[in-house]
Amino acid sequence: MTRFIPVREAILAAAILVLMILIASRFAGFVAPSNLANVFNDTAPLIILALGQMVVILTRCIDLSVAANLALTGMAVAMINVAMPGLPIPVILVIAIAMGAVMGAINGILVWKLEIPPIVVTLGTMTIFRGIIFLISDGKWVNSHEMSPAFTGFPRAEFLGLPVLSWIAVACVIGFAIMMSRTPLGRSIFAVGGNPHAAVYTGINVGKTQFVAFVISGALAGLTGYLWVSRFAVAYVDIAGGFELEVVAACVIGGISIAGGVGSVGGAVLGAIFLGVVKNALPVVNISPFWQLAISGSAILIAVAFNARAGRTKGRIILKSAETPTGGTS
Amino acid sequence: MSVLKKLATSVALAGAVLGTPAFAEDVRIAVVVKALGIGFFEAAAEGAEEAAAELGDVEIIYTGPTDTTAEGQIEVINALIAQQVDAIAISANDTDALVPALQRAMQRGITVISWDSGVAPEGRQLHLNPSSNSLIGNMIIKLAADHLPDGGEVALLSATTTSTNQNIWIEEMTKVMGNYPGIEVVATVYGDDLADKSYREATGLMQSYPDLDAIIAPTSVGIVAAAQAVVDAGKVGEVNVTGLGLPSEMAGAIESGASQSFAIWNPIDLGYSATMLAYELSQNGVEAAPGAEIPMGRMGSLTLDDNNEGAMADPFVYDASNIDQFKSIF
Repeated sequence: MTRFIPVREAILAAAILVLMILIASRFAGFVAPSNLANVFNDTAPLIILALGQMVVILTRCIDLSVAANLALTGMAVAMINVAMPGLPIPVILVIAIAMGAVMGAINGILVWKLEIPPIVVTLGTMTIFRGIIFLISDGKWVNSHEMSPAFTGFPRAEFLGLPVLSWIAVACVIGFAIMMSRTPLGRSIFAVGGNPHAAVYTGINVGKTQFVAFVISGALAGLTGYLWVSRFAVAYVDIAGGFELEVVAACVIGGISIAGGVGSVGGAVLGAIFLGVVKNALPVVNISPFWQLAISGSAILIAVAFNARAGRTKGRIILKSAETPTGGTS
Repeated sequence: MSVLKKLATSVALAGAVLGTPAFAEDVRIAVVVKALGIGFFEAAAEGAEEAAAELGDVEIIYTGPTDTTAEGQIEVINALIAQQVDAIAISANDTDALVPALQRAMQRGITVISWDSGVAPEGRQLHLNPSSNSLIGNMIIKLAADHLPDGGEVALLSATTTSTNQNIWIEEMTKVMGNYPGIEVVATVYGDDLADKSYREATGLMQSYPDLDAIIAPTSVGIVAAAQAVVDAGKVGEVNVTGLGLPSEMAGAIESGASQSFAIWNPIDLGYSATMLAYELSQNGVEAAPGAEIPMGRMGSLTLDDNNEGAMADPFVYDASNIDQFKSIF
């Protein structure tokens, strides 16, 4: 029965709660509903990216190019907006998701067809994407006054009390929860990561599943690219610099095994929220900026240590006779 | 006959080439920046090109790492030494870390000067400050104080905790605080020159200090992010964002009213002056010594102090009256 109770998620949720109580003791305004909504909104991009990263990590890969993909898509849509201010936002969204998916597909193809280790592939494409931003933008910024009001207004528009940015994150979470638990794709992602050899015998194409995972991660990075650029109303080469590590950290804290096959949507979301709370709380509780790094780092180590312990399941003994040391008396 | 003709032309060509030896070998001046893709440095490169055009026989090599690290700059410097450039004009990511690499360059006969963000005296021949640090320190607090006749609370949003120039400016600002009675600096936070972190820090400041009147951000990423945070928090008119920024990047903030005014020296002039100084030292045998006056074209001359440092000009204030004129320049 214990495997149906998400113990890890419960512990993480409790940790977030304890953290918020600690913060509230120093700055009561932090736990006000309106501020919590702001924190969730600020964490929305991290949640969306963590979901994409989760899928990739589950298939025993890693995508380090998400932040560069985000930045390139963001710059591209910002430049499209400057060139064609009248272009409706749904079209921009489609372009952003498609661009991101194509970049994800490039990673996926290299991993699938050329069988290059994912960490090498995405490390390479990460640098290439950043380079392309520099080439297309000529190193220049796209600034708030150049963007159209509709472009910057979309993620801020309020709907039922929450900004659209938050709702997109909520929609992604629901979509992924259904996909991972109720669709053949979701199950095959777990199968590929859990045991690739067994997955082959059940008729799952391991490489193709990894390719799809990269496309999903890329598409979400593209979507976040637009949201990021419109939210901060600025696009330049270095936006979201180093964010890929935060995304991986969110997944690891959320209990997604870096070895693949183990993890959940709830874990990824809670991992992202944990980091989001830390990032938003530290400016208001007057703690040295160095502590933020130390706290995030400790959280990752604790999470990994916990996962390593939890993952050490006792093997089932099939042959009872094998248990007692044989030949000891010979 | 055609053979004779050919011979004649080649002799004429050879004569032309030999007649103007400078034409054959341009003076190569490397302008090394903190990172490629930052608007400020792109403008400085433009100024360097202007100086090169004026001098005639100068080739500008505009280069730098893709992220703001000392390690990246050391690699760039080593590459420039291998190329045997005539002079290096650098805006440093670290005061001390670059010294050994730059000393190696000077041993090879390469002229080394630093500009904008300085290198320790043993690692360069002279340092060109865009303005004097005390003038900037005074300017950033004056910008805030000018709009607060009855005094008020101000907070600082800096780049990283180790940024050479931001720390000096804040120190100089603290020295002149006595001239601005009623103005109280309530906090100093660090946005690490990342749009998202700066935005979060600015939001945190407004939460922690509900009566905050101004945010001073002496960094171009921070000031833009803070202005956006003020707009999103609905505090335009209550919190004035000021500091150092680029007109093209701040035009939106001036338009929205989030920023009343801000200051910056002219980066075009800075790149121009750095190139002129490097040329004087490298080609005209000018000695960089305390008290020396070195000409720098249309910018007048630079007087060196005991540390071989000099100030170019006063920072210039931009507001609603002149932003439209400058936002298309840099």
